[in-house]
Amino acid sequence: MPDSTVNRVTITLDSTLDSVDQAEAMAEQQAARAGIPEDDRYQISMAVREATVNAVMHGNSYDPAKKVIVSFENDGSSLIIRISDQGAGVDFDHLPDPLAPENILRGSGRGIFLMRSFMDDVQFQKHDTGTELTLIKHLPTAQTGA
Amino acid sequence: MSMKVSTRLVDGIVILDLSGRITLGEGSVQLRDAIRDLVAQGQKNILLNLGDVNYIDSSGIGELVSAFTTVKNQGGQLKLLNLTKKVHDLLQITKLYTVFDIKDDEASAIGSFTK
Repeated sequence: MPDSTVNRVTITLDSTLDSVDQAEAMAEQQAARAGIPEDDRYQISMAVREATVNAVMHGNSYDPAKKVIVSFENDGSSLIIRISDQGAGVDFDHLPDPLAPENILRGSGRGIFLMRSFMDDVQFQKHDTGTELTLIKHLPTAQTGA
Repeated sequence: MSMKVSTRLVDGIVILDLSGRITLGEGSVQLRDAIRDLVAQGQKNILLNLGDVNYIDSSGIGELVSAFTTVKNQGGQLKLLNLTKKVHDLLQITKLYTVFDIKDDEASAIGSFTK
């Protein structure tokens, strides 16, 4: 059951692939509620999917004792999504470039790249208890134009 | 929604009609198994019809790449047919659009295989 205040919804998920689908569906729902257009909602929900996959697989290693916490916050100018795991984490500063010719035919390693492509900002923070990813998408009315 | 796979043989080319989602878990595994079985049967020319695939995540993209290299390493060809806009855009931003041979007409796709 989501813990909901006016602008923030938080869900605690098990470290399973079902949780990935749940987080994705929640992202679509929250982005729609924030008035984000369909094409952007698709990108946001995919970024959340990729982040939750990382948390479940690489962070928590499917450990049933560990949880993934996903929160959605609309601060009036942006949709801010935080995905936290309870694992050792990934070294986000030293990930191979999936567009490099030597990596282009690799079967994995595109999740973070897609998050960065689809969101306005992606931040990583390592804590003693795990890793937190913050995904930010500016709301349409908050955009000032180039 | 999971992925569905059906197989047709047209002029010696195997066409896999995929529908649904190719994502981590079931969809990716189904595609991997289908390609593995075809290669094991000696089928080296494969056309993946993605016209009814409405969603692919990074795992699904990886599975398409793995399918491509698996078939190529066996001396065969794997081509993609009927990309939706979302899948097209994903292959563009991941720079895979130029790696795959992508077709939008089944008859000409069939004719383009080296037999």
